[in-house]
Amino acid sequence: MNSISSLEGSNVEPPRENGELVFREPWEARAFGLAVALAETEALSWEFFRKNLIVEVAARERSLRDGGEAWSYYESWLKALESSVVDGAIVKKSSIADRCVSYAARPHGHDH
Amino acid sequence: MSHDHNHSARSPKIRIEALEDLLVEKGLVDRSRIDNLIQKFETDLGPMIGAQLVARAWTDPEFRSRLLDDADDVLAKENISGAEIEHVEVKANEPGVHNVVVCTLCSCYPWALLGLPPSWYKSPEYRSRVVREPRTVLAEMGLDLDEETKLQVWDSSSETRFLVLPERPSGTENLSVVELAALVTRDSMIGVAKAKTL
Repeated sequence: MNSISSLEGSNVEPPRENGELVFREPWEARAFGLAVALAETEALSWEFFRKNLIVEVAARERSLRDGGEAWSYYESWLKALESSVVDGAIVKKSSIADRCVSYAARPHGHDH
Repeated sequence: MSHDHNHSARSPKIRIEALEDLLVEKGLVDRSRIDNLIQKFETDLGPMIGAQLVARAWTDPEFRSRLLDDADDVLAKENISGAEIEHVEVKANEPGVHNVVVCTLCSCYPWALLGLPPSWYKSPEYRSRVVREPRTVLAEMGLDLDEETKLQVWDSSSETRFLVLPERPSGTENLSVVELAALVTRDSMIGVAKAKTL
């Protein structure tokens, strides 16, 4: 058998050689998974999200060139996701802000 | 990361939690689907999938021509997960022609075949320089190409993702597809390296 699935269960070492984690922190994984899940159900257009991502990536690079603080690629991703959801009238900006404030105010030990 | 930052309303951790909860409450997204997607990208998807295709293309000329002519059709027939959201084109390296892939605007990448991109692929340096001075960038990454080799740089987009079909290393005539796949690195399928030799 020559199909891709024949690799499963074999003891061939996958040539990943990534040497790095796919996601550095759990929130990066959530941001990634949320965007893809929304695109899958077509609640969000991937093309629309990507346009916002391009804008955020460019803004990040301008900031870096101007000596600004470096931030994670997934922070640009998260910003793009927030603006896509708000611009697409899926969730109100104020709803997100209110929810963030209420979550940030939770007592320690109840914050996840 | 400081404690304060972690708990601030502007911290990414809080923002993504808020956004996810709001979308779940609206019924627009299923939390377990997000869990499954993360699991898939962290453990199931990776360069071993692309490597298997490359190794088959090295050993089966008919498969190779199908892969180069219509990669989407091959991916669909192989039931490669995630392929339905991507249009993939495969570019073959040949003596005198070397292909390399970039996404100049963000980080488009053939997820279904390679998983998620490495950090350097997303870096401003790689994205801008590989278009302007590909030969220099490749040399810095350890791939020296002679001046006669023609370099083709493919800029990915949301419409089209690219995979490089590296050249089969010499002396591998007796290897099986499975053994050959172990020589096909992620970097060789982005085009910043050659396949491993024996």
